[in-house]
Amino acid sequence: MSRVETARQEAESKTLFGFWVYLMTDSVLFASFFATFAVLRNSTYGGPSGETLFSLPFVLAETLILLTSSFSCGLAILSARQGQKNRVLWLFGLTFLLGLAFLGLELHEFSHLYYEGNGWRRSGFLSAFFSLVGTHGLHITAGLIWMAVMMSKVRSAGLTPFNLKRLTMLSLFWHFLDIIWIFIFTVVYLLGVAS
Amino acid sequence: MSLLGRLNLQAIQHGWVIAAGQLTLVGVMLLVLGYLTFTKRWKWLWREWLTTVDPKRIGVMYILFAGLMGLRGLTDAAMMRAQQAVSVGGNHGFLSPDHYQQIFTAHGTIMIFFLAMGLMFGLINLVVPLQIGSRDVAFPFLNATSFWLYAMGGMLLNLSLVIGGFAATGWLAYPPLSELAYSPGVGVDYWIWGLQVAGIGSLLSGINFMVTILRMRAPGMSLMKMPMFCWSVLGSLSLIIFAFPILTATLTMLALDRTLGMHFFTSYYGGNPMMYVNLIWAWGHPEVYILILPAFGVFSEVVATFSRKPLFGYKSMVWAIWGIVLLSFLVWLHHFFTMGAGADVNAFFGIMTMAIAVPTGVKIFNWLFTMYRGRVRFATPMLWFMGFVALFTVGGVAGVIMALPPADFQLHNSLFLVAHFHTMIVGGVVFGYLAGLTYWFPKFTGFKLNERLGRYAFYCWFFGFLLAFVPLYILGLMGATRRLDHYDPSLGWHQLFIVAGIGVAVICAGVGFQVLQLIVSIRQRKQNLDTTGDPWNGRTLEWSTASPPPAYNYAVIPNVENKDAFWAMKKLKTPLPETRYESITMPKNTIMPLVIASFAFALGFGMIWHMYWLSILGLLAIISCIVIRGSADEHEYVLSAAQVRQTEEALKERYV
Amino acid sequence: MSTKTKTVVGVVIAVFILFIAATYLRSANIPVLEPAGPIGQKEKRLIVEAVLLSLVVVIPVYVMLVGFAWRYREGNKKAKYSPELDGSRPLESIWWGVPIILITILAVIAWRSSHELDPFRSLSSTKPPLDIQVVALDWKWLFIYPQQDVASVNYFRMPVDRPINFQITSDAPMNSFWIPQLGGQIYAMSGMATQLHLEATKTGDYLGESANISGEGFADMHFTAAATSQPDFDAWVRGLKKSPNILGQTAYDRLARPGHDNLVAYYASAQAGLFDQIVNKYEAPVYFAPAEAGL
Repeated sequence: MSRVETARQEAESKTLFGFWVYLMTDSVLFASFFATFAVLRNSTYGGPSGETLFSLPFVLAETLILLTSSFSCGLAILSARQGQKNRVLWLFGLTFLLGLAFLGLELHEFSHLYYEGNGWRRSGFLSAFFSLVGTHGLHITAGLIWMAVMMSKVRSAGLTPFNLKRLTMLSLFWHFLDIIWIFIFTVVYLLGVAS
Repeated sequence: MSLLGRLNLQAIQHGWVIAAGQLTLVGVMLLVLGYLTFTKRWKWLWREWLTTVDPKRIGVMYILFAGLMGLRGLTDAAMMRAQQAVSVGGNHGFLSPDHYQQIFTAHGTIMIFFLAMGLMFGLINLVVPLQIGSRDVAFPFLNATSFWLYAMGGMLLNLSLVIGGFAATGWLAYPPLSELAYSPGVGVDYWIWGLQVAGIGSLLSGINFMVTILRMRAPGMSLMKMPMFCWSVLGSLSLIIFAFPILTATLTMLALDRTLGMHFFTSYYGGNPMMYVNLIWAWGHPEVYILILPAFGVFSEVVATFSRKPLFGYKSMVWAIWGIVLLSFLVWLHHFFTMGAGADVNAFFGIMTMAIAVPTGVKIFNWLFTMYRGRVRFATPMLWFMGFVALFTVGGVAGVIMALPPADFQLHNSLFLVAHFHTMIVGGVVFGYLAGLTYWFPKFTGFKLNERLGRYAFYCWFFGFLLAFVPLYILGLMGATRRLDHYDPSLGWHQLFIVAGIGVAVICAGVGFQVLQLIVSIRQRKQNLDTTGDPWNGRTLEWSTASPPPAYNYAVIPNVENKDAFWAMKKLKTPLPETRYESITMPKNTIMPLVIASFAFALGFGMIWHMYWLSILGLLAIISCIVIRGSADEHEYVLSAAQVRQTEEALKERYV
Repeated sequence: MSTKTKTVVGVVIAVFILFIAATYLRSANIPVLEPAGPIGQKEKRLIVEAVLLSLVVVIPVYVMLVGFAWRYREGNKKAKYSPELDGSRPLESIWWGVPIILITILAVIAWRSSHELDPFRSLSSTKPPLDIQVVALDWKWLFIYPQQDVASVNYFRMPVDRPINFQITSDAPMNSFWIPQLGGQIYAMSGMATQLHLEATKTGDYLGESANISGEGFADMHFTAAATSQPDFDAWVRGLKKSPNILGQTAYDRLARPGHDNLVAYYASAQAGLFDQIVNKYEAPVYFAPAEAGL
């Protein structure tokens, strides 16, 4: 192996470690939003609470879609390691579509709430809800953009070591968002409906 | 809605005080532009600075920008002191209440985010890669982006001087005062977006240097052989990683309240202002330690070098740092004991606060015992250390007093508190960074700073500080609260405010000496050349390479066997390894970081003035930049072994 | 100048400055250190105790700082030089141990005093407490006496040796209610009532102020807290009763408008439950249509 390649490999391992550190900072960001949501969850100012607003079957559908996308993302990474370019492409394509569907459902929920008169200006509770879930949604959007870019790169350049590392980070990101969503599902929706 | 949002000609600020500020700002800019054009330096500026990814150059830019910001912050301080020295009874001084409030808000914000953080990242950029025997940071591109985000955040904030006006809320902008209901103008928005842009830069820097320190140390340098400055920085970076996301989230929520009409912190609609106070201090208290830890690190290097002895109690020092890091997340409530959280909660946070005094005290004793049985040379960095211990100890006692909740009820938000945190931040952080700048100056310029002027500057700073802040301690006990634009003569505060004003004048003289010192040192650099790379008889790796170091820092990466690696090499007279030059991979220059940061500036500006199209464009442009950058593969170039040999031989020639 | 002359000149200047400072401080009025009530008294004692305890660490630090710097200066070749000395377990244990002991003592003091001097805790006394409700407005302080049914602005009176129960809220940004000579402060926040229990043992006019920035007129937000004898207090209340002003909703709304003239005003009567209304107005109204939420 040439020296330049060793240097590059070192750089890639740093990148992966750096990405983990980034994910940690992002968890702290979400933790702040979770904390404010916990504080404001009962500050409905006479408006509706989660119990009347949320539909569990709907959110369960969202959750299943996102979980499936995480699964297909995992399969895609396995295929990437085995160098099966076409499989990687269609599995990421599937992940992308599932992510898009999730985002669509989330936007549908948001617009539904908004036009019913339960927008983010309605109460502290709804501000916290829209911001927490919306921050997750923005992350999903960023993930989708990244996925689209990566798919076009894999299509043109193939599964180069460079692309492989990027795909690994992308999948880390996607699983991370999945975990965050599980927390949202539990804290916001399940506990919201239960209380 | 108009294309310009709420921006119109009326937004340009008026008044003679502001006009003076605006003229200075515009004048300096024109002067710089003129100078660059006249001396035909545009190309040089582009090649060497604007597109650089070299941490040494980025460090210099951080320090220069922080210096400029410091001058702005110092001007604010001088205006505050002048106002309080004259604005008694019938005389209302030369500043309106609103203007005075903008000034102290700007002073606090600028000094913490742009002076202190700037100097800190400047020193980290300059020193950390060299000290760990590395050629670069982990992510050079990201590093340049961090710097430009920091600089653009600072410029965005200073733009408020020309158009719109700044927040008049105090430097942490507590709601509901900072909400639309009470602050409808653009001031708070400038505050939010200036800090948001700069804060994201700091966060990215935190990640970058964390990876650098943990993954790029020279072979043999285990963590427990790392120089103490790097340990302190590592502590500080860990705090950045956990604290700055909280700031990002909190600023976002306040911005959402103000632009989308949300109700996180409003008085009505179920908002909770107390939550903001908790969140902002959950970031704000660690922030204090983010700033002080690297200063502690500087002192650890300075005391050891100038006492010609290893640092006393290395392990204790490391434990103390991590004790401080851990405890600093458990004390935030001591900033508002007076909110009425109840005796149990107050007592808990008070005790945690006092506990921090233990590791801090341990560090002070270890420094003192580093001097013990040493051969102490009182060069300027060492003077800063002496001043630091003298002031910091007093400030620490004041801190312990205020950690007792009932005592704090009598001191909270008084000038006693103001004096306390200035003792810690000026006496600790500023003195520390100034010591570090003097200490490492020859490493990056190749010549030392003038000692005599440096001493004058120190004495002005030290005695000026006492004159400026001892009166504030007393005024606090007299019941003077902070942030008063005028007061009644019957209170008997006037004389002390005058003394404090004189003190700030003396500090200004100190800064004057420092500017003079810089000019004189550059002019007389031939007499103070550092031809050895080791002007202070140093102990750590950075002194083993040339001053200034070549772009790649080390032609041959050193092998580390001891704590004070370079000292051991000198003592054992380790024969230099046979120099077998190899090719070195270096990052290419790129303008992209500056471009990204400029779009972030546009994004922030659009949000402040409700020009949402501009914000959206800025955001899309940033995303495009990242995609373009991520798509190109070749960001490096290779310096051949022959080129390295040539550079090294040229360096050696200079030394003979 | 030789080092010796420099030292002498330095010492002379330092003594001179200390002398001026001491003379000044003796004549100055320092409310926090000259408390006029039991709470302020205890808080002052706490400050003094903490300073004295800290001296255990501070004095050695200063002695070593000056002593080591002098003894081990580069020019002093007589001093011992140990270039390898890099730590000492016994010594380091001392400066981990002693501060831990000190802080433990302080922790006990902190715990006890936090409970004893909790602002929400009512004071024990043989005399009945007096209730005063305080509202921070832009930029003035309103004092309501529910027992006497009078109210005043920027000035209030209380009888000495009687515990005062303050209930404090804000109908403006957050403020902090502070009478330095009587004892520590507490925040005034909208939508909630905080409490503060103070007592004056000496008659006099005390400075009261807001310690938390609340906007443009913040510097004018000070008031007089007058402690008088019980008869004087009763006479003052009787005087207020003759005032033509009544604090009804209209009068209150006018008063609540931002203004920084810092005038004193008196009201013969205050609308019943006014304080609670001010606190509760930040809660949701009973009926609240979404349309009003500003959508």
